[in-house]
Amino acid sequence: MKYGYFPGCSLTSSAKEYDISLRKVIDKLGISFDEINDWSCCGATSAHVTNHKLSTALAMRNIMLAEQQGLDNIIAPCAACYNRLIISQNEIGKHSGIRKETEDLLSVKFKKDIKVFNILELFLKSGINKIIENRKRELSELKAACYYGCLLVRPAAITKFDDAEEPESMEKIIEATGAGAVDWNYKTECCGAAHSIARRDIVVDLSKKILDDAITHGANVMVVACPMCHTNLDMRQRAMKRKYPDHKEFPVLYLTELIGLSLGMDEKELGIDLHYTNFKYADTLLNNSAKG
Amino acid sequence: MSLCYQCGKCSAGCPVRYYMDIAPNKVVRLIQLGYYEEALKSETPWLCAGCLTCSVRCPKEFDLAKFMDAVREIAIEKGVEVKQENILKFHKAFLDQIKNHGRSYEVGLVAEYKMKTLDLFQDVDSAPGMFLKGKLDLLPHNIKNRKEIKSIFKKTSGKK
Repeated sequence: MKYGYFPGCSLTSSAKEYDISLRKVIDKLGISFDEINDWSCCGATSAHVTNHKLSTALAMRNIMLAEQQGLDNIIAPCAACYNRLIISQNEIGKHSGIRKETEDLLSVKFKKDIKVFNILELFLKSGINKIIENRKRELSELKAACYYGCLLVRPAAITKFDDAEEPESMEKIIEATGAGAVDWNYKTECCGAAHSIARRDIVVDLSKKILDDAITHGANVMVVACPMCHTNLDMRQRAMKRKYPDHKEFPVLYLTELIGLSLGMDEKELGIDLHYTNFKYADTLLNNSAKG
Repeated sequence: MSLCYQCGKCSAGCPVRYYMDIAPNKVVRLIQLGYYEEALKSETPWLCAGCLTCSVRCPKEFDLAKFMDAVREIAIEKGVEVKQENILKFHKAFLDQIKNHGRSYEVGLVAEYKMKTLDLFQDVDSAPGMFLKGKLDLLPHNIKNRKEIKSIFKKTSGKK
């Protein structure tokens, strides 16, 4: 199966390991990507909170390039990029004025309805059985708190994917890897998102609550599918420790890293060593010799 | 906006309500009653993290997160003083990187943000780690068609 690929800016820098592990995993599962040529930033939070026209044009430029490249669908692994792309497509589809304005800005006529998929949809569509078939490592000791964050499942009317309050699709993928998933409360609670730099205090508080809830419910690892969530939950644990001295470091993995571990790949290969928090189960897990 | 009957469900579930000067539903109420200036001056729209919790929970299906986008945009257009000025400076610094390179450039973003806010010491603990881990690239990832990006920025800037 071949998909169009829109990595988004974070996956080329602060979330390199998400891109690294994703590419390794899809390669193993026999899925291939056709990266959008000369893609640009989706506009992210900063565009849509300050300039609506700009945010739609920046997001739609990538849809335009995908169409010109002959792609039918796009995988957007970053939850924020995914959200900007589908929201912009939805606005173009619903409002002829916004459509015309954006088409004029980009000197283009949109013809195709390109389907944008998030990372969970990718694995649900093309990966579950292959993960089970290719499983090499026993992960039953892992109890994952599946963290969806805000933008993967909201707004449900547009994502048309899973439940906005009580999603369960990531748990299905986790189960395919052989790891366990805990039932907890903060699956879709906000980590503070783009306030990470300007209001780090807010991000530290919100992310701490999310990690604490996961721990309270018996998780020993958090699994995320968004670079912004990962930065806030992983890198911000240092600032968290300063504000809350009783805070104990808690590992946060990208979904693709956990899948990679189950497929027999090692920590370094998947970029897990690029995290700020230590994946403390690595030693036990990686000594666990491959099954076949 | 007239859809809103002030049940307050948005504010009850808002993860950043605690940090705001007025509750999100009250910003809607101010606009409903014509107190535009008060609404535009509020810190609340700037603190909204855009998580969409309010939008999906609203019993009247009013997209409050999108409404907050509009309030912020109007506040900028009207030149209203933004009390959460660092948040606005962050967004401007972020967009400047996109305008120049086509993609986000974290080193440039942080440098510009720090120059504008003079908040020089925050993150001095995480930045060296990011360099060592090879996560921060010293040079930007320039796209080829930067001309097109510049043109999009120019045409949407509202300035002739």
